[in-house]
Amino acid sequence: MLRYIAKRLLQMIPMLFLISVVSFIIIQLPPGSYLNTLIAQMRTQGDEINMEQVEALRIRYSLDKPAHIRYLNWIKGIITEGDFGFSFEWNRPVKTLIWERLALSLTVSVSSLLFSWIIAFPIAIYSAVKKHSVADYSLTFMGFLGLSVPNFMLALILMYIASVYFKFSVGGLFSPDYVMAPWSFGKFVDLLKHLWVPMIVIGMAGTAGLIRVLRNNLLDELEKPYVVAARSKGISPVRLIFKYPVRLALIPFVSTVGWQLPQMLSGEAVTATVLSLPTAAPLLLGALRSQDMYLAGSFLLLLSCLTMIGTLISDILLVIVDPRIRYE
Amino acid sequence: MDQGLSSQQATQNVPLPKPPSADDDSTALGKTEEKVFYATQWQLMWWKFRKHKVAMVSAVVIIFMYICAIFAPFIAPYAPTERHRGFLYVPPQKVRFWDENGFSLRPFVYPIEQEIDIMTMQRKYIEDTSKRLPVKFFVRGSSYKLLGLFECDIHLFGVEDGKVFLFGTDNMGRDLFTRVLYGAQISMSIGLVGVFLSLLLGLVFGGISGYYGGAVDNAIQRIIEVLRSFPTIPLWMALGAALPPELSPVGVYMGITIILSLIGWTALGRQVRGKVLALKNEDFVIAARLAGTSEPRIIMTHLIPSFMSHIIASLTLSIPSMILAETSLSFLGIGLRPPVVSWGVMLQQAQNVNTLMMAPWLLIPGVFVVVYVLAFNFLGDGLRDAADPYGV
Repeated sequence: MLRYIAKRLLQMIPMLFLISVVSFIIIQLPPGSYLNTLIAQMRTQGDEINMEQVEALRIRYSLDKPAHIRYLNWIKGIITEGDFGFSFEWNRPVKTLIWERLALSLTVSVSSLLFSWIIAFPIAIYSAVKKHSVADYSLTFMGFLGLSVPNFMLALILMYIASVYFKFSVGGLFSPDYVMAPWSFGKFVDLLKHLWVPMIVIGMAGTAGLIRVLRNNLLDELEKPYVVAARSKGISPVRLIFKYPVRLALIPFVSTVGWQLPQMLSGEAVTATVLSLPTAAPLLLGALRSQDMYLAGSFLLLLSCLTMIGTLISDILLVIVDPRIRYE
Repeated sequence: MDQGLSSQQATQNVPLPKPPSADDDSTALGKTEEKVFYATQWQLMWWKFRKHKVAMVSAVVIIFMYICAIFAPFIAPYAPTERHRGFLYVPPQKVRFWDENGFSLRPFVYPIEQEIDIMTMQRKYIEDTSKRLPVKFFVRGSSYKLLGLFECDIHLFGVEDGKVFLFGTDNMGRDLFTRVLYGAQISMSIGLVGVFLSLLLGLVFGGISGYYGGAVDNAIQRIIEVLRSFPTIPLWMALGAALPPELSPVGVYMGITIILSLIGWTALGRQVRGKVLALKNEDFVIAARLAGTSEPRIIMTHLIPSFMSHIIASLTLSIPSMILAETSLSFLGIGLRPPVVSWGVMLQQAQNVNTLMMAPWLLIPGVFVVVYVLAFNFLGDGLRDAADPYGV
């Protein structure tokens, strides 16, 4: 087992390298650089543009160096000092900006994941046991509907319902009192009060897929001879279903964590913008728009790292849950 | 996840689907059996697909939507960029057949008048119920080019001496119904173009990967893994932001489709690879190779037809994610941009709750997104079942 994990970790190194290169290339793609944004900004504000000043900034941000040098500097900083570069727009080191936001992104995504499991699990079992019943069809339809409504629209509709019918505003992750406050128990409770809206919105899309997978697997399992034999011996239906078939059908839950997590992070990206959540995506969007390249690149890099770690965890869990899989 | 796996377990002794005309009469049964044995794969699939009622309905809905999109200029009463002055944020008008003055076979709407509430300074629209505006069919209006070919100025419906806004108007007084129709042209084609591009990429890379194996396979699989470990929306956001702002609308459209298919092909590539791997050692492929068939011919005539049905099914299922992506990107302002009309661009107006409270009908394009995506999901589901006609 340890060898398997070590091997997987080793395999991640070239992947991480490729991901960092791709992240860097992507943030280099837009023509021009942050300085163009800065110049445009100054122009709209009617400020005099001092070319010497611009030139000084260019050198300070080492924008005068070729791309591969900048890439090497960036990576060197990350590996040796955990320094992700400097955000031009915020005029602060990137690392002071990203961690809390990434943590919140992860919190929202993981809780959405848990939410979708909690919803999908009973629905799928019920659908499989009562297959082709009215309830099965309507639950399947609901699942499809959840899959088809764009995240942002669900967020908008929830916001609309909340403010029209319940007269309270949905959005953000904290009440105004707590936004700037340091972490405390009160802030945590406040977070929980706000978390449910993005949780439902983001979780809905994944739920439908999970229901289908679990339902189909369970249906396959329920037709197997051992289930029929157990049934003929008169084992109670609940025990019959939960003892083995559900456990087997659950394997895909574990194995899909890997691709569910990026999906959740994606959903979170759009929802966060609508609900103005203080997570990574809105900052990333802003950084992309103003070509704040180190900030944008670091976000891309770290979000993909999260995905890779998610995949690794799900693979390890899979080996633990399903002893039939050999780790070679 | 991979429902395709079950197909490989399909064997000869699985009961074959019955053609729809199956009779209980024993002699007729013989005939139907014969019919099943001689039926081609595609016929079997069609029979199986027909049984999937929801998928059939979805197919009809989708076809109807595409027809509406193609004939958008004819169905829409106005031009998509036409601004109706003094008609900002008009709520959807009701088309009526009767009022207190009795029933009329010809539908009509009431003329609307704008009123400013002195207290709140908000715009209000009052229906003038004393007057009926009959809805006329095949009326002359602004001219357009039907199918991009024929100059034409006849519209399906319209009213004279007044306005008709079935879905209301937006912040610039543009008719939402018209814009939904025109938006359909963009939104509903971007998925198809994107899927077509992903199909090409997926077939080429997946095919090479599965057929040749070895180092090439390894390299392609690693590339797919790297691409897939980026969360899609942030990656699309980055690529969308990279499109130069001075790009023409057509350029942006192409750019967005390329961005969408850049990720889209990976799932397909894996599927194609899996299928090719499973098929390339099948007896009929080996037989073809022993008979001296050229490699391209093996791929074209033996391999691709064998997994095409599965590919079509998963293509159908990947269209929804494309359109959802386009809508989300345009909604965030990094996808398509005005003056292009797409559902996502239209939804951009509904971005905050205050606007939404004032004009909830701005979400109507979203309803169409949901219907379209839902229909494609059901259709894809039906196709996936039908793609394996030898299964149960």
